[in-house]
Amino acid sequence: MSPAPSVRVGIDLVRVSRVAESLDRFGERFLRRLFTDGEIGYAMAIPAQAAERLAARFAAKEAAVKALDLSARGVGWREIEVRRAPSGRCDLVLHGGARAAADEAGTDGIALSMTHEGDYAAAVVVTISRAET
Amino acid sequence: MTDKIRKILKQHGRLSRDAETLPEEADLYQSGMTSHASVNVMLALEGEFEVEFPDAMLKRSVFESIAAIRDAISRLTSL
Repeated sequence: MSPAPSVRVGIDLVRVSRVAESLDRFGERFLRRLFTDGEIGYAMAIPAQAAERLAARFAAKEAAVKALDLSARGVGWREIEVRRAPSGRCDLVLHGGARAAADEAGTDGIALSMTHEGDYAAAVVVTISRAET
Repeated sequence: MTDKIRKILKQHGRLSRDAETLPEEADLYQSGMTSHASVNVMLALEGEFEVEFPDAMLKRSVFESIAAIRDAISRLTSL
């Protein structure tokens, strides 16, 4: 009999104006450290929406860190990528150490939802695993 | 080095307590530092000390206190 699945959830809330400040203060270093080329390309395509798009993506990465329990592991933010389909649907794609951690935990599926309103962006990540490790 | 770390925490950490007088072992996350503020702290530390935190060091424990940050910078500058 296969083990009972384990479901985990992570949530994060980010102030859009704080992300805009980081972008002003640290520029490329902030962008390149946190976001993949694809994420940067999408976010910066419309400058007026860049900060809110980046804030939502940062929230998604932090929500994933919580759901996958990565805070003690040492994982770069670029290893957790938000990929947007032409339809507008966004999914999480893991790379490197984040991928390895998810595999070790027997993660079968990851679901992502992001939202933003005014000065806040938020994300929820749900993972389902075959069993706790 | 500790004074520079305190100055960066004061400027970027968004702590609810005074970074100048915070005990070295006090938990910075418990003192109000958000994950986004910790990114700003990390980028400011990299600029100040001319180091780069590798992915393997991007974990909660490395940034959780003034003492932990000082240990991490010491390790990076002795490489």
